[in-house]
Amino acid sequence: MRGTWLAASLAFTAGLLILIALPRFVTDYTVSLLISILSYVVLASAWALFSGSTRYISLATAAFFGVGAYLVAIFGADHSFPLVLGLAALVGFLIAFAVGLSTLRLTGVYFVIFTFGLSELIRQVTIWWEINRTKTLGRHVFVDVQSHGIYYYLLGLAILTLAAGFLIQRSRLGVALRAIGEDETVANHLGINTTIIKVTVFAMSAVFMSLTGAIMAPRWSYLDPNIAFNPLVSFLVVIMALLGGAGSLYGPLLGAVPLVLLFEFLSARFPYHSSIVLGLCFLVIVYYLPFGVVGALRSAETRVRGWLR
Amino acid sequence: MSATSGQPVILEIRGLKKAFGGLLAVNNLDLAVRANEILGLIGPNGSGKTTVLNLITGEHSADSGEILLNGSRLNGMRPFQICRKRVSRTFQLVRVMPGMTVMENVMVGRLFGSQPRSMQECRDEVEELLGFVGLSEKRNQLAGQLTYIDQKRVELARALATRPLLLLLDEWLAGLTHAELAAGMALVERVRKLGISVILIEHVMHAVRTLSDRVVVMNAGSKIVEGTPEEVLTHPEVIQAYLGDDDA
Repeated sequence: MRGTWLAASLAFTAGLLILIALPRFVTDYTVSLLISILSYVVLASAWALFSGSTRYISLATAAFFGVGAYLVAIFGADHSFPLVLGLAALVGFLIAFAVGLSTLRLTGVYFVIFTFGLSELIRQVTIWWEINRTKTLGRHVFVDVQSHGIYYYLLGLAILTLAAGFLIQRSRLGVALRAIGEDETVANHLGINTTIIKVTVFAMSAVFMSLTGAIMAPRWSYLDPNIAFNPLVSFLVVIMALLGGAGSLYGPLLGAVPLVLLFEFLSARFPYHSSIVLGLCFLVIVYYLPFGVVGALRSAETRVRGWLR
Repeated sequence: MSATSGQPVILEIRGLKKAFGGLLAVNNLDLAVRANEILGLIGPNGSGKTTVLNLITGEHSADSGEILLNGSRLNGMRPFQICRKRVSRTFQLVRVMPGMTVMENVMVGRLFGSQPRSMQECRDEVEELLGFVGLSEKRNQLAGQLTYIDQKRVELARALATRPLLLLLDEWLAGLTHAELAAGMALVERVRKLGISVILIEHVMHAVRTLSDRVVVMNAGSKIVEGTPEEVLTHPEVIQAYLGDDDA
């Protein structure tokens, strides 16, 4: 037991050191690819923080991501970056908390549709506001953060997100979330304040998403609502988490890395047909890996143990 | 007179009413449960027994009437609050959390019921409860993969883990084989020995007769008879309520 812990923490430290040193030794293209990967690792892990255990499928990722990105576009030029990050985290939390209180009574497909609607609503309202009030549809992002800076911010955020997931999984809160996912009525009858727990964790996961959007904003020199609130992000994140295995801590990570690479490869190789090929990939994933990579690894492990016996 | 008639009343229900649309599910019901008592609650299907249970646990809210636990009102509280007031239940259609192990199922009750503790402190108590219901060997199996009776055991252990003063069993003995029934009845009797009061909703008359100190009979949302099992089960109105019903 202690040996496994030691090995795990050594591997973690080594991996972390490699990730910290990596940008110095690779091309700018690779750094931007790593940024893509890290951003989706955070988004998918943050999504799984709430949806993985409670099984409430949220399509609001783009909403929180976009809010973060837009706040940087609005306030980034006049205020320090860390301050704007704090603002993004706060606004993301407040929106998610308010939305959570009013919608987490919805279950199943109604919740899915509502979160998608919320995301679209925020996008449309932002477009309307920009056209009618500020008379612009897009904004230039004036923030002095270069790609290496973005990389390190994201790396820090990824570690925070995974650490939050790790701590939650081991705490009473994690047990409560799983109980809610298993049977919410029973959970409530066993003394779990289901509403407050769902709303709090939903808002927590939104904080990580808003921060990702805020950190990613300087990557675009120009931002409009259709870029910031791109609904594809919401769907990609769900597919990544499901591919990896949304119920486990490192599942979303295992899903995000190959899918970003695949997406990158497809858009380079089939620039005009990448969406079609990507769609086919999703079908294959859902068909052959219904329990994700983690689920497939576990059943492979049981099978190998069966042979060895 | 039953053996527990001198005990203090812990649950008192006064003038309880609940309608679903035009259907009056519970109509002006009065009910009292004493400390350490097993109260049988019987009646034909659709007579409102489960609704009473759902009203006590806060799953539904009453249209009027009062539910008092040791004198304080439970009306308007949500299920998790009522659980923390030490009222626990099982479900008519067995409801384990299928993707969690037996141990984890019971752990949830111990972690979040009344007097919640830390994870480590709970583990010993959960082990003890698993022994009590006879599931120690299966502690690491997924609850969803257990047999029907074992799932019922999980539900009982989980309900007990919340530390109830009052336990509501909704047809907990239904669907068991003859041998399982004897084991199940012995468990209910042992629950009472722990000092817990029980409301036993049951169709298995043998169990109602053997276990209950008192029996309340409901029909069409109202209480029609109340008394010792012998008095009640030979009462003409009860016989008519049952035989007049297709489900009897």
